[in-house]
Amino acid sequence: MTDFPDANGFFGDARDGEPGPRYGGRYVAETLMPLIGEIEAAYDAARIDPDFQARLHELQQDYVGRATPLYFAERLSEHFGGAQIYLKREDLNHTGAHKINNALGQALLAQRMGRKRLIAETGAGMHGVAVATVAARLGLTCVIYMGATDIERQQPNVQRMRLLGAEIVPVHNGTATLKDAMNEALRDWVANVDDTFYIIGTVAGPAPYPRMVRDFQAVIGRETREQMIDRHGRLPDTLVACVGGGSNAMGLFHAFLDDTDVALVGAEAAGEGLDSGRHAASLNGGAPGILHGNRTYLLQSDDGQILDAHSISAGLDYPGVGPEHAYLHDSGRASYVAVTDDEALGAVSLCCRLEGILPALESAHALHEAGRLAATQRDDQVIVVCLSGRGDKDMDTITRHLMPEGISA
Amino acid sequence: MNAPDASTPMTTAERASRETDRTEALSRGESRLAKRFAALREANRAALITYVMAGDPDPATSRELMNRLPTAGADIIELGMPFSDPMADGVAIQRAGERALAGGQTLAGTLDQVRDFRQQDDDTPIVLMGYLNPIQRFGETRFLEAASDAGVDGLILVDLPAEHAATLTAKARDLGLSRIPLVAPTTPAERLPALLAQGDGFVYRIAFNGVTGSQSLDLEGPLGSALAQLKQQTPLPIAVGFGVRNAESAAAVARVADAVVVGSALVERLVESGVEGALALTETLAEAIQQARQSG
Repeated sequence: MTDFPDANGFFGDARDGEPGPRYGGRYVAETLMPLIGEIEAAYDAARIDPDFQARLHELQQDYVGRATPLYFAERLSEHFGGAQIYLKREDLNHTGAHKINNALGQALLAQRMGRKRLIAETGAGMHGVAVATVAARLGLTCVIYMGATDIERQQPNVQRMRLLGAEIVPVHNGTATLKDAMNEALRDWVANVDDTFYIIGTVAGPAPYPRMVRDFQAVIGRETREQMIDRHGRLPDTLVACVGGGSNAMGLFHAFLDDTDVALVGAEAAGEGLDSGRHAASLNGGAPGILHGNRTYLLQSDDGQILDAHSISAGLDYPGVGPEHAYLHDSGRASYVAVTDDEALGAVSLCCRLEGILPALESAHALHEAGRLAATQRDDQVIVVCLSGRGDKDMDTITRHLMPEGISA
Repeated sequence: MNAPDASTPMTTAERASRETDRTEALSRGESRLAKRFAALREANRAALITYVMAGDPDPATSRELMNRLPTAGADIIELGMPFSDPMADGVAIQRAGERALAGGQTLAGTLDQVRDFRQQDDDTPIVLMGYLNPIQRFGETRFLEAASDAGVDGLILVDLPAEHAATLTAKARDLGLSRIPLVAPTTPAERLPALLAQGDGFVYRIAFNGVTGSQSLDLEGPLGSALAQLKQQTPLPIAVGFGVRNAESAAAVARVADAVVVGSALVERLVESGVEGALALTETLAEAIQQARQSG
């Protein structure tokens, strides 16, 4: 299970002698194919280079602030009256989310390859902020593509990226959200192949991105595993993480894939409900197809056109999902549930009041599912939730929905 | 939106016999594409390949334009299959796809547009160009059969690299459809033999690194020498696309390549000045290509 992807970037294998469903691959324009091959070769060399790993580790520790705590959420656990809930505090990373784990890794790789210009797409802005941050740290030029709709709802992050010296390019095409930003970043890359490195923010895109991003995020699960064993002498029973593209979830799950007693649960965004048609749950409400260089589950029409995703959290507002999640879904190794906008808002409120922690709206999807599960489990069971980011960026949205009369109310 | 089902009923035996005929024709060089290129070589003239988006700006206008393109001088027609997320296309073709989809264009409708064209023209080759997802959703085999049936001659699939193309290429070939390989400026020499060996019909050489319609051509530079090298490595005709905007650039390409692809400029002209405007541009380009090799 941990051997995937294969040499062509596919997750999944033959079943009963018949070719099973396979996800991933490298479905990109010919112009990009040689480049992607170069990145793969450079990554494979860096992965086993002790100097590269030492530099990455040093910056993870002193610049990002790793390891992040595995925090026992005592009052949340009491509230649900079942399993013990632990929070893996990725929100305490520099820049406030797990995104910097990957941005740092890829930026170091870009630097190693001699690329001077970083480009990235961003939805909620957390990946954009992370890339702008590491670009500043490493002295590289940075251009961030962001949907015009997202620019409007994530102003604080837009200002942050500008302050960090990044150029923000608003994308007005299509639905003006994350998928369109990704299309535009790919167009930039095709036109600037010589000096540019595209830092994809999630475990999607053409191979080797799903594997590379997963590997850079896998530090989340490795730490969690050690921290659990140190504290309890055993593994957790359940891991829960939110899934848009699914990078924090793959990061948490990866170290546990072969521990089949550990249940893996991904929380997709059900938006206004799976039946409303306004959601971002590609595994629960989509079908396999090809977008952005990989074969995976997609929200799409009967004619194969990509549909507009909807979620209150911009970071989950994407009509696809990483191909490894598609594989884990089909194989049954992980299960994927859908959590609505309202349920996520409820979890934000609860986590603030009971733990004094303001979670990102994305992470709140996982918190809601963890609470629901905890209530059905015994108090000697352990659930670890990836608290993938902090919620400061969402204050406008949260205030509008939870406190329409203002903070004082 | 009201397009009839793309696959007309046909018995298995009829289909098998027709497939055999077409496969043989392809291997004997008797496909529409091979015949057209042979005739053009005879006449010492490059082909004009005109790209239009199926259903842009509405199904009726798109059909009218397509049906009249051969008379205006188009030798081969590239018909775009609209997709919501055309990551390799520039803004002109993106907008064309958006208009087509807003007008209700479907993949079945696109195949029906080809069938409609074939009622009046059985010689002009038609090549469909687009992205994989709508095809996979339609069903890959079902699509290839329906396309062959409708009178399509070739396919250009932007997001299907050679590494993943073997199965589709073989199926297409069995149905008499050419899968046309794309070669980019970034394609390294060692990658070329595999790309070319898989290809049928012609080779589509992308003129520069970028999206469709985003730059103008420079044939003095590396493109000219790259084309010369490419010619040494394949017997297939070579078309150059991405950047032909006017008579001058069309003539320049016509002197060094076997075919000149014009897409974004034509799509823009259709929006600005309708079918007549697009046909006028086609005539201008056809004339420039006609004279290109005579004047030097």
